[in-house]
Amino acid sequence: MVVQQRRRGPLAGRWVVLIVAALAGDALATSPAPNDPHRGGTLRVLAGSGAGTIDPQVNYTLQFANLYQSVYDGLLAYKKAPGAEAFTIVPDLADAIPKPDNGGKRYVFKLRSGIKFSNGREVTVTDVAASMRRLFKVSSPTSGTFYNRIVGAEACISTPTTCTLAGGVVADTKAGTVTFNLSEPDSEFMDKLAFPHAVILPADAPSKDVGVAPIAGTGPYQIVSYDPKKQLKLTRNPHFKLWSADAQPDGYVDEVNFDFGLSDEDQTTAVANGQADWKYDPVPADRLPEVSQKYPKQLHISPLTALYYLAMNTRLAPFDNPKVRQAVNLALDRNAVVKIYGGPRLATPACQVLPPGIAGHEPYCPWTKNPGKAWSAPDLDRARQLVKESGTAGMKVTVISSDVAVEKQMGIYLQSLLQDLGYDATVKSMSANVQFNYIQNTQNKVQISVTSWFQDYPAAADFLNVLFSCASFREGSDSSVNISGLCDNGLETDLQRALATGVTDPNAAAAQWAAIDRKVTDSAAVAVMFNPKRLDFVSKRLGNYTFGAQFYFIYAMAWVK
Amino acid sequence: MAEAAGDIIAAPRQDGAPGLWGPMLRRLTADRGALLAAVLLLAIALACAAAPLYAVHVAQTDPFHSNINGEITIDGVQRPVIEANTEGLGLGQTPIGPTGRAQYLLGADSQGRDVAARLLYGGRASLLISAVATLLGMLLGGTLGIVAGYFGGVADAVLSRLLDVLWAFPVYLLAISMSIVAVGSGLHLGPLVIESSNPLLPALIIGLVGVPYVARPMRAQVRALRKSEFVLAAIGFGVPTPRILRVDILPNVSGTLLVLAPLLMAINMLTESALSFLSIGVQPPAASWGTIIQDGLALLYTRPLVALAPGVTIMLTVLSLNLLGEALRDALDPRLARRR
Repeated sequence: MVVQQRRRGPLAGRWVVLIVAALAGDALATSPAPNDPHRGGTLRVLAGSGAGTIDPQVNYTLQFANLYQSVYDGLLAYKKAPGAEAFTIVPDLADAIPKPDNGGKRYVFKLRSGIKFSNGREVTVTDVAASMRRLFKVSSPTSGTFYNRIVGAEACISTPTTCTLAGGVVADTKAGTVTFNLSEPDSEFMDKLAFPHAVILPADAPSKDVGVAPIAGTGPYQIVSYDPKKQLKLTRNPHFKLWSADAQPDGYVDEVNFDFGLSDEDQTTAVANGQADWKYDPVPADRLPEVSQKYPKQLHISPLTALYYLAMNTRLAPFDNPKVRQAVNLALDRNAVVKIYGGPRLATPACQVLPPGIAGHEPYCPWTKNPGKAWSAPDLDRARQLVKESGTAGMKVTVISSDVAVEKQMGIYLQSLLQDLGYDATVKSMSANVQFNYIQNTQNKVQISVTSWFQDYPAAADFLNVLFSCASFREGSDSSVNISGLCDNGLETDLQRALATGVTDPNAAAAQWAAIDRKVTDSAAVAVMFNPKRLDFVSKRLGNYTFGAQFYFIYAMAWVK
Repeated sequence: MAEAAGDIIAAPRQDGAPGLWGPMLRRLTADRGALLAAVLLLAIALACAAAPLYAVHVAQTDPFHSNINGEITIDGVQRPVIEANTEGLGLGQTPIGPTGRAQYLLGADSQGRDVAARLLYGGRASLLISAVATLLGMLLGGTLGIVAGYFGGVADAVLSRLLDVLWAFPVYLLAISMSIVAVGSGLHLGPLVIESSNPLLPALIIGLVGVPYVARPMRAQVRALRKSEFVLAAIGFGVPTPRILRVDILPNVSGTLLVLAPLLMAINMLTESALSFLSIGVQPPAASWGTIIQDGLALLYTRPLVALAPGVTIMLTVLSLNLLGEALRDALDPRLARRR
């Protein structure tokens, strides 16, 4: 019930959710008792490589966001629960979720007492204030976008080394409270505080990216070593005591070893042979039939609030012509790209930006043979007619894809499709490490690219505002995530209105986001292909597999004994 | 005077003498291994040249067009070209395997394209690129080697250091570095623009990388020839340098060039395949054997033939070229063959 309310708006029923969560508390959650027979053992995890720096306020990868969920805590956290329930925000180091005052610009958090870092020191409000300052001092990748409404943030962004957040984050050691003052209301501020970049670290943590040197956390596990090419090792945090199983349940296993270096194929074989318990990387496409047939009980499929799409540059020919963009949308055979991704069990064709599960999602598909709520088939005749009307047939078009196998195949398919539509199309695949930044930079004059977007937090704005607002478009920058360069005054007004409405009336905001979703979809600035699903392949011995929609597999809740 | 000098220099090749090529050809045709290699190479080249005919009239397909949702009729039964797995959880899609028929003889790849047709088209690109690269390497390397070896002094010092620098880089590292730069935006040399999708680009890069392999032995041989009596005599008689190079030097190094050609082409073919495999050689939708192996890499467990077929053809072609090169060397220097 709570989850259903949650789905209607970014903050739909937020206060109801929070109250229910606080009341229900630990009773609903799973956390092993000290004498639980499943407790103990080592969870063996595989990944192709480490995901860069181990600094939780700098790293911006899903791989380590998944890791951090049982190592670090923020004032708030996403509930460690299965499915969409994991979108629920619960109090973590804070003892409750405060109601804002001062017109939605002031939040006062009371810190729980008696919680210790893995180095044995107790967490204080000084650590909270220092952590928020550190977020700016280390130039966290989201400091300018997620936390820029905290009073004093602008100064911290321009000169991080002298960041004080004076007046923005105020710690009261006597009262044990931390007050956040915002320059303007932010309907997603709770999501942002539950995000890994806002975790609470010891006040004496270095004010720079720590690289491979772990920082003490408060979760049930501590990072004891990290070599990005070999292994990351977690052991139990000796100072961890359960305070909220919703926010931070204790772990079943004693140790977690993340081993790096094996290829996708070898990882799959290792899990199949019981030499590893879980692999972070996806199962390669050519192993899917095999694992599907031999190990069906060890597979877990979960829908993701994410999308794969074609970004068309609305500022470059031929895609500066709306008819061409509409033609691509109409001609795109979404069944074909779903096949490339692994088939209908692993992806669902889509036309719109907001994925199911995000507040504001109302099924909508104008880019299909029979326009309506769902995609049915491509309409090549209409697409060809539109290309003819645009007068752009014969133009040179280059598709940019990453060299990740499925994305490269999508690029090749798109090249073939553009040839069909009458263009002189070629495709270039480049390393996945650079492709996402390359396609964002206007200097590279990318016409059309294959890309994807996975939510940071479950809100419509994280899709529509982030991907299509004027603020997200920066000429000549590698960080211009509005890849299609859409910057429309009418749309901008709608976005700002929906963000403002969300502060006071989440349900009304959801309706506004739905309208914006239709508007963006109609603009055909992108061609959404499908919403992917996550396939986890686990060992035979792994039990209590739990998938949270926010940070995916919750390894602390799995047992191997 | 010049005529007289010409007569003296031409003395080793008197009228009625067997010359270089006649005995060489006889020895070459007597070598069964060389014959087999030549026939195999010719067959591969002809088959690849006939790729468009095969695609249109036999396979009836466009090997550059995705056919993911396509169907094929086998024994009156319609089957999807990419079949959905129906067992277990029903995950994954598998391209159709070898049908043993004209259509999809070797099966399909991940895009539902006919592997056999792509193999032939890929061969055209691989053979063409390696042949052009070889020609370029021979021309540039041969010229540099002859100039450095014949003139010596500053020219030799400068060219040799230049070749040393090129030689110092591992072949693949140099080729990969150049390709990564060129694949991004093509090659722009003043009015000359080669786009990244143009197969001439990898040919040019591979040709340049191969220059030291030709230039070094050329330089060494020309240096020795430069000190030989008939060249010294020609110089003494005042024969112009271009004529000495054309009449005395070039014919005497042509055998080495001939031996080097197939061996260099074999190396070039492997380099091209490696670059294309790494997505920095031939660019889609064009195909080469390297790109087809790359396509097949994602199908190794379910459709290994997609990667194996081009792998085997590369192996056969390179083997043929090496056998041919060795046979040419033996035919040009029968003493060497006898010693072995």
